[in-house]
Amino acid sequence: MIAAQHSWQVTLRYLRAFVRQPAWVVISLIQPLIWLLLFGALFKRVADIPGFTEGSYIEFLTPGVVVMIAVLSASWVGMGFIEDIHRGVMDRFLVSPIWRGALNVGGVVQAVLSVAVQALIVVGLALLAGARYNGVGGVAVLIAVSGLLAAVIGSLSNGLAVLTRQRETLIGIVSLVTLPLTFLSSALMQESLQPGWVSWAARFNPVEWAVEAGRSAATQDPDWALIGSRVGLLTLLLVLSATFATRAFRAYQRSI
Amino acid sequence: MTTQTTAAIAARHLVKTYGDAVQALDGLSFSVPVGTIFGLLGPNGAGKSTTVKILTTLSRADSGEARTAGFDVVRDAASVRRAIGVVGQKPGFDAEATGRENLEMQAVIYGLAGPARRDRVRELLQRLGLTAAADRPAKTYSGGMQRRLDVALGLVHRPQVLFLDEPTTGLDPEARADMWKEIERLAREESVTILLTTHYLEEADRLASRLAIIDRGRIVAEGSPDELKRELRGDAVHIELSEDGVTEAATLLARVPGISEVALEGHRLRARAENGATAVPALIAAFEQHGVTVTSATLSRPSLDDVYLRHAGRAFHEANEKEVAA
Repeated sequence: MIAAQHSWQVTLRYLRAFVRQPAWVVISLIQPLIWLLLFGALFKRVADIPGFTEGSYIEFLTPGVVVMIAVLSASWVGMGFIEDIHRGVMDRFLVSPIWRGALNVGGVVQAVLSVAVQALIVVGLALLAGARYNGVGGVAVLIAVSGLLAAVIGSLSNGLAVLTRQRETLIGIVSLVTLPLTFLSSALMQESLQPGWVSWAARFNPVEWAVEAGRSAATQDPDWALIGSRVGLLTLLLVLSATFATRAFRAYQRSI
Repeated sequence: MTTQTTAAIAARHLVKTYGDAVQALDGLSFSVPVGTIFGLLGPNGAGKSTTVKILTTLSRADSGEARTAGFDVVRDAASVRRAIGVVGQKPGFDAEATGRENLEMQAVIYGLAGPARRDRVRELLQRLGLTAAADRPAKTYSGGMQRRLDVALGLVHRPQVLFLDEPTTGLDPEARADMWKEIERLAREESVTILLTTHYLEEADRLASRLAIIDRGRIVAEGSPDELKRELRGDAVHIELSEDGVTEAATLLARVPGISEVALEGHRLRARAENGATAVPALIAAFEQHGVTVTSATLSRPSLDDVYLRHAGRAFHEANEKEVAA
């Protein structure tokens, strides 16, 4: 009860800050269009490669772009923590009876909501471009799985933010990690057309888990066993990363 | 023990080291009686903020123990957090949110609900002169208003013990005077115990009913401002000299009857005189005899600066400057 109440308050704070920055809102609405249209045009001929079995590239690409948006937007969640630490807001929270988990939940929920809205834009646009989905349920699973991945990555970002406390360090880590994680998956390229080592490495990549589950539910003949197992893995990872983000405060408090 | 139950804060032998090198606290002990404004006075870097962090559960001491509002800061941190209000050195408000939103959220965190929450928020906005600005983002506030919002945030849940970590640093003189009045009013009307850290001597002198002087992570003196000044028997003598013969003058001064604790600072000499009225003519005569020119000689009742000099072995402003440079 208290946990939910505190989490809601922190979420409210992030949502308020978000909608009060119109530029930020506009950018996050435009960005998904750029990914979809740019990649859709750039890699259109992929569908002509012998062995590509997924119909149109835009249909194949849509779940990949939705997951990619989850990775790229959620990885910056920790910047808010660093800002709070530098300003003194974090210290005010840490000497209050606030539930520690709420501090992580707030930023993460805001990122998940933002990913969901961006995902809907991408899905709608792809629909206009001729992509077909397995109904509302399939799209809902795609968005839910992307949200789950966003929560995992947002929590990791928060934990790293508390441990490093440096904008530059977090920017470095995010830049280093997010694109390789995205490309080490079938987000943009069908698995059977990837080099063997890429598809081998992708098996251990949470981004790939989300892509597989989301694509299977949204645009393929849904494989519910696969979807279930991937959702299970991502949920487990979320528990671990949220615990990491909350525990990171202990290390922070020991060091100040 | 009776002191245990009547102390709002009791710190014993606190030690804190950052990394391998920086010894922030070196066996610090003091206690704060309930209902007082207690000043923790020291130059920058003396360990004031570290002490506040430990007493408010933000940080942990390497060794030693402390109780705040009757609760152990490590074993019963949750109880401490409910009982204290903290106004940190850095601003703690959310700059993007309005003053009212800041206070509402703080009130929820401390478990206030319904009409009680709304009333308390309205009351605090009014008391701290923020009603007109309540629905503007806090980042648009003036420095003084931002500081008052921080104080309001620390007061939402009517804490038993309020920590004010350098509450007037960075404020202009007018805002500082306002803050002083507010602190005095709080202690009078809310019967809250206040721990105030400051590196302004005049602030400690004016506000604190008791104070501890902290230097290099240790308490070097503790008592009421008057008690501390009374300990210094006699008057403070300040002498300014022209360039030459300063060292010689110091030696001469030490030989004058009734003079003690001679200290040299640039072209200035400071000393303590059992009876200033008789000592000054005697020392000027002695200087003239040896050809040392005195530019000015003043006598004053002991100040906290003198108290600090005596206990820390260096002048307060020097310590401040040195720590800032370091």
